[in-house]
Amino acid sequence: MAKVKIYVTLKDGVLDPQGKTVQFALDKMGYKNIDSVRMGKYIEIDTKNDGKDLKKQIDEICDKLLANPNIEKYSFTIE
Amino acid sequence: MVKFGVVVFPGSNCDKDCLWAVKDVSGQKAEFVWHESKDIMKYDVIILPGGFSYGDYLRTGAIARFSRVMDAVQKFAVKKNKMIVGICNGFQILLEAGLLPGAMLVNRDLKFISKFIHLSVENNATAYTNKCEKGQILRVPIAHGEGNYFCDEKTLNSLIENDQVVFRYCDEHGKINEETNPNGSLYNIAGIMNKKGNVMGMMPHPERAMTKELGSTDGNLVFRSIVDHVKKYL
Repeated sequence: MAKVKIYVTLKDGVLDPQGKTVQFALDKMGYKNIDSVRMGKYIEIDTKNDGKDLKKQIDEICDKLLANPNIEKYSFTIE
Repeated sequence: MVKFGVVVFPGSNCDKDCLWAVKDVSGQKAEFVWHESKDIMKYDVIILPGGFSYGDYLRTGAIARFSRVMDAVQKFAVKKNKMIVGICNGFQILLEAGLLPGAMLVNRDLKFISKFIHLSVENNATAYTNKCEKGQILRVPIAHGEGNYFCDEKTLNSLIENDQVVFRYCDEHGKINEETNPNGSLYNIAGIMNKKGNVMGMMPHPERAMTKELGSTDGNLVFRSIVDHVKKYL
């Protein structure tokens, strides 16, 4: 058994209206030192595959479904 | 008569409106196509309607593009004389499926926008706009939360160079700028087509602008253009 923790975030240069709004709220709350906020998705996968090809499989899953390469990038950790 | 197939995904909600627009208003043949259908070659035009396919989970259109019918749609797209139109969620599905370039982001102001807007016909030499004048202003409603079109600079330049931009958001006088851009779309893009010109996606809903009771009849221009175009080779 392995647990995969996947982070999908917007690519640099892609506008993030949600992140901007959160940043605006933080600024209003007095947190003046926040330079930027970027929103993303966090996905957990439990799998029976704990073999060598797990990384390859997760890459494939991210490329095909979990992230849209036009606007998003991803990273993951395997535990 | 032109044969339309209107795909029904779990969560489609403009499928009946589209069927009504092509069958009852435009007087053509039209049927619903279930999302598990494999054979769609008997149709001349496939419409991917608006709605919230698969609850818009993950990303709009991301799950729907893996429906069985989408394999058939991919094959349909490369056939001669076959046309595909994606409206709203249908446009989002076409982007996710890679049949059109780019992606949709959340609207600039984070709100779901449901209102009449104005469109400028950027290219009238298409299968979808041949009944329009170039620069003609259409009044059609939009209803979406994620219609903020985005693509990289290279893609945008190629869309412009190849006349693939079909509709742009404007005001009632045809003015195109940030103020007349309802959702933050790059280059005020409301509708684009592929290079071959047989796949088109648009966020506004022409099927909701078919009779004067609905507030506008401009949607007819889109469907009449399609019908006329297809009839040429029937």
